[in-house]
Amino acid sequence: MPRFHHLLAIEPLTREQITFLLDQAKPFQEFQRHPLKKLATLRGKTVALAFFENSTRTRISFGTAASRLGADTMNLQADSSSLKKGESLLDTIHTLEAMKPDAFVMRHSASGAAEFVSQRVSVPVINAGDGTHEHPTQGLLDALTIRDRLGKLDGCKITIIGDILHSRVARSNIHLLSKFGAEITLCGPAMWVPRELECLARNIRRAARMEEALEGAEVVMALRIQTERLYEPGLAADEYILNYQLTPERLRLARPEALVMHPGPMIRGLEIDPAVADSPQSCIREQVTNGLAVRMAILFELIAGSSELPENAKDSTHASH
Amino acid sequence: MRILEKRQLMSAEEIRRTLERLAHEIVERTGGAKDLALIGVRRRGIPLAERLARAIRASSKAEVPVGTLDITLYRDDLSTVAPQPVVQSSEIPFAVDDRDILLVDDVLYTGRTVRAAMNGLFDLGRPRRIRLCVLVDRGHRELPIEATFVGRTVETTDREIIEVRLQEIDREERVMVMDRVD
Repeated sequence: MPRFHHLLAIEPLTREQITFLLDQAKPFQEFQRHPLKKLATLRGKTVALAFFENSTRTRISFGTAASRLGADTMNLQADSSSLKKGESLLDTIHTLEAMKPDAFVMRHSASGAAEFVSQRVSVPVINAGDGTHEHPTQGLLDALTIRDRLGKLDGCKITIIGDILHSRVARSNIHLLSKFGAEITLCGPAMWVPRELECLARNIRRAARMEEALEGAEVVMALRIQTERLYEPGLAADEYILNYQLTPERLRLARPEALVMHPGPMIRGLEIDPAVADSPQSCIREQVTNGLAVRMAILFELIAGSSELPENAKDSTHASH
Repeated sequence: MRILEKRQLMSAEEIRRTLERLAHEIVERTGGAKDLALIGVRRRGIPLAERLARAIRASSKAEVPVGTLDITLYRDDLSTVAPQPVVQSSEIPFAVDDRDILLVDDVLYTGRTVRAAMNGLFDLGRPRRIRLCVLVDRGHRELPIEATFVGRTVETTDREIIEVRLQEIDREERVMVMDRVD
């Protein structure tokens, strides 16, 4: 059984490991429907939420996941004082580690930051987004949503629209889906969809126009457009809307029933038309709920499964009656 | 350490007759199985619960729903269990509130699985009553828990292991006493 010590990226994982994690999320999906959403499974454990970069949704999602498993959290937020005072990343992490957390959930604006930290602490590290590198739990929750709705991941046809170059969400999705033989189409302004992206994984093609990108798509994923990037030379918001906004007319070019996804936070009227965001094809809210399930599964896997085992521990599976 | 077969405790025929008898007892002591629902504890409690439900339906005509419960998240030994625990689905397609719940498992030993199963049930609602049915009670309780319906009571040493093998899971049908040998 392939098991895990950290969750830093999707790229190094095998198909089997990904399938295992998605399967582990299933019971936690059911759990979200329980009237009493509180387990004692990780009681007495502490999860350090170290968010060196601003985040609302991901931090709340991980915090809620930890809390529903019975764990406590310690919170570091980007605007908090020590970071502003100029403490180094490593010093901050060592300070948190001295308070004995059982796992780190980490977001940082530098690609590779989570891996850097994982080599220097003794507890599991979960990457909650590092620069433009990866956001593995987002990749997993998206895959879970697709697998539930389409019944499979193998060979699915997905179109991702927007700023692919700077998107860690896109990168985790591309790595994950390509391991399942998905056909991936990337679409967006040329400067955000450079040719090099085709080398990221197998079965990737680029399309300059939405009409071409959407044809036959089973999944359409619109990415968040960071408005600060729209001031870059050569692109204005109006132009993006005109050419790349996901509208009902454009969505009709995809397969009927094609799934509409968005990692959030979404800006209605910019990358997505409100009518599409609220259509029955949209599974944007399902993604959020699945995010909780995936994060509970990951926390459980890394914390409950990471204890040092005594030599004779094998017997206890028999002795559990 | 090796695990060796020591002796057979129950044959396929004995299992069949025992479940038949348990089904009759259950109908008798639950007022004709009215409001009764069975919950099999993963894994071998599940086929046992399904077989019991069939037998109860046949003798009482009462429609007895069957659910399954995975207790992994409710274990009290997660830090020592090996290999690493795998969580599986619980499927309980009925409301447990005010239900007469019968937990079904293969072996009753320390009582900790039953404790975990009850905690899992409480997260789903407030059953009117929870009872327990096991195929084999082998003693050595570590908690004040007893079964309402017992197929076979057997004295064991703590080095022994009771293995219930069922057609649905193990492709054979018998109960074995195993021994740990250094």
